[in-house]
Amino acid sequence: MFDGYTGSELMAIFAMQGFAGLILFSVLVLMALGLAIIFGQMGVINMAHGEFMILGAYVTYLTSLFFETYLPGLSSIYFFVAIVLAFIAAASLGAFVEWALIRRLYKRPLDTLLATWGLSLILQQTYRSVFGAREKGVSLPDWMMGSIPVTDMVEIPINGIIVMVLTLLITLSVYFIMQRSQWGAKVRAVVQNRPMAAAVGINTSIVDRMTFALGCGIAGIAGSAFTMIGSTGPTSGQLYIVDTFMVVVFGGAANLMGTIASAFTISQAQTILEFFMSGSIAKVLTLGMIVVILMLRPQGLFTLKIRR
Amino acid sequence: MSNYSKQKFLSPAELGGFIVLAILLFVVLPLSVDDFRLNLIGKYLSYSFVAMGLVLCWGYGGILSLGQGVFFGIGGYCMAMFLKLEASSVENTAIQSTPGIPDFMDWNQLTELPWFWEPFNSLGLSLIAVILVPGLFAFLIGLAMFKRRVGGVYFAIITQAVAAILTILIVGSQGMTGGINGITDLRTLLGWDIRTDEAKVILYFVCVTFVFICLFLCQFVLRSKLGRLLVAVRDTEERVRFSGYNVDNFKIFIFTFAAMLSAIGGALFTLQVGFMSPSFVGIVPSIEMVIFCAVGGRLSLLGAVYGALAVNFAKTTLSEAIPELWLFALGGMFIAVVSIFPNGLMGLYNTYISAPVNRFYHAAVRFINKDKPVETLSEPLSEPESESTLGAK
Repeated sequence: MFDGYTGSELMAIFAMQGFAGLILFSVLVLMALGLAIIFGQMGVINMAHGEFMILGAYVTYLTSLFFETYLPGLSSIYFFVAIVLAFIAAASLGAFVEWALIRRLYKRPLDTLLATWGLSLILQQTYRSVFGAREKGVSLPDWMMGSIPVTDMVEIPINGIIVMVLTLLITLSVYFIMQRSQWGAKVRAVVQNRPMAAAVGINTSIVDRMTFALGCGIAGIAGSAFTMIGSTGPTSGQLYIVDTFMVVVFGGAANLMGTIASAFTISQAQTILEFFMSGSIAKVLTLGMIVVILMLRPQGLFTLKIRR
Repeated sequence: MSNYSKQKFLSPAELGGFIVLAILLFVVLPLSVDDFRLNLIGKYLSYSFVAMGLVLCWGYGGILSLGQGVFFGIGGYCMAMFLKLEASSVENTAIQSTPGIPDFMDWNQLTELPWFWEPFNSLGLSLIAVILVPGLFAFLIGLAMFKRRVGGVYFAIITQAVAAILTILIVGSQGMTGGINGITDLRTLLGWDIRTDEAKVILYFVCVTFVFICLFLCQFVLRSKLGRLLVAVRDTEERVRFSGYNVDNFKIFIFTFAAMLSAIGGALFTLQVGFMSPSFVGIVPSIEMVIFCAVGGRLSLLGAVYGALAVNFAKTTLSEAIPELWLFALGGMFIAVVSIFPNGLMGLYNTYISAPVNRFYHAAVRFINKDKPVETLSEPLSEPESESTLGAK
């Protein structure tokens, strides 16, 4: 499979594909982070996660329209406003969904899965009715376009770098929220032992709701970032949902390091394979490999050692 | 145990349910709708096999598979390939650059039939493959998963990934499977044209017959000791394990059995609809099949048939009239069926129709027998509890 490439060309291919993999990695991490928080905390599989992401993307689209129409002078910074709005929108919807639906189903994880799938269908159709079936793209401000040439053959797109920096920031803040803040301590206490956490005065149902909202909010940010590298349609979320689940399950739920490590492995494997064979076969190989590894190690790569 | 051995194959209520369904499917529907609608109903009924499998696997076994479309699809593709090979005889395909192979293979520059499609020249082997290939596939998945004690949501996600993998494979290898279009233009079964109206009516009756065969098979499984153990595994897996049973084998069996049922449905679907495509295999159709079972009632075999009929009927009617509404309705169904009526239509029937009727019946019996000794009452009173005790969980 390496026939016909010189050594330096191969290096360039690996660098470019590796970078494409890093962008995919960033989006996967952003999506999977929210899912992992929700799944790890409550054992809830949120099938509507992709739609929360798309909500963020649509909010970004609306913000860009608003800035173009009313504040054209400030349109170069609209993206930062959009991220905040996307987070708020997705998190509020998440809190509402948790209150209206999820909290009644904590004892039945399989049913939660079906209910959130139903929610995702409803959201999809809502998007289609409101925004139309055609994909929407945002116009990026000039400073986000273009690419930086590193060598003759290797170029790095700027929007990719922004996505990666954003991912890094979000991951770090999630780490600090979960590991260093008092609220994070409460969340971890509830994960480890719900009755005891309740006994020492933690309001576990509020913690659940906030955690769900946080997970959904991060999905919203992921959607915001997603608009920079692709256009948004009503069903875009569904394309990523299986990949994201694989990332979370493969990494071992309830473990942020695991999520990041598995997102890295999966995205790199997929993009590098994609160059040498057709995209569909690359995808099949990646998914197949994950399934096989999960058979050998059902608990995922990293696990939390706690007593139940 | 003594209670278990006494239980009959069909309780009087269940027998009544079977008879009503038989009259509906064999007599009422064929007499009351035209041939086109009858064919549609036959198509819906082929989904009921998947729903029956899910009743066993999910309702009783507690194993939610989101990849039943995989087995439905494999069964359908096995059938479709036989019909396709028959339709692409050398005379029919004389204009192709390689006559005698299916048209989509010719379009993709294949010059001979791939070896794994070779057995599908024979009807017998194809019919065996319809059952065995999905069965074997499910057995392998089950073996790998349940022996490693992968269960619950993890299993659901992995079956979903399997559905994704198979769809991508089918779409990707266009020359061998027909790609995104699937296998189309099926004409005859051993020289018998399956596209005519009479053929479709006959196929409908074949389908209904298979529905009843499979219903009885499922009922047999549920009434056996194995059915009892399944419920026990669902409710307290560890206890059954510590009682000395090999829990994994029960799970593997029921998953394989459900897969074979789905495959039969897929084959009948292909016969009646006249094509098979990856749009019946992937993640979205697979999870839609779960709703057939959930709406009918995850603990009721008859409910599976009614659920498949009701949901698909609603789908056809709504998508014809107001297409935007269908996804809202489907999504609402998913939410309602888990949060408001978890036992589906059959659960509603048991609580709001069957139970009051029973109460009324017993009150009437008591009123009539007021002057007689009490012993005569004891027998009918203990009867109406078989399903509802299970449904309480």
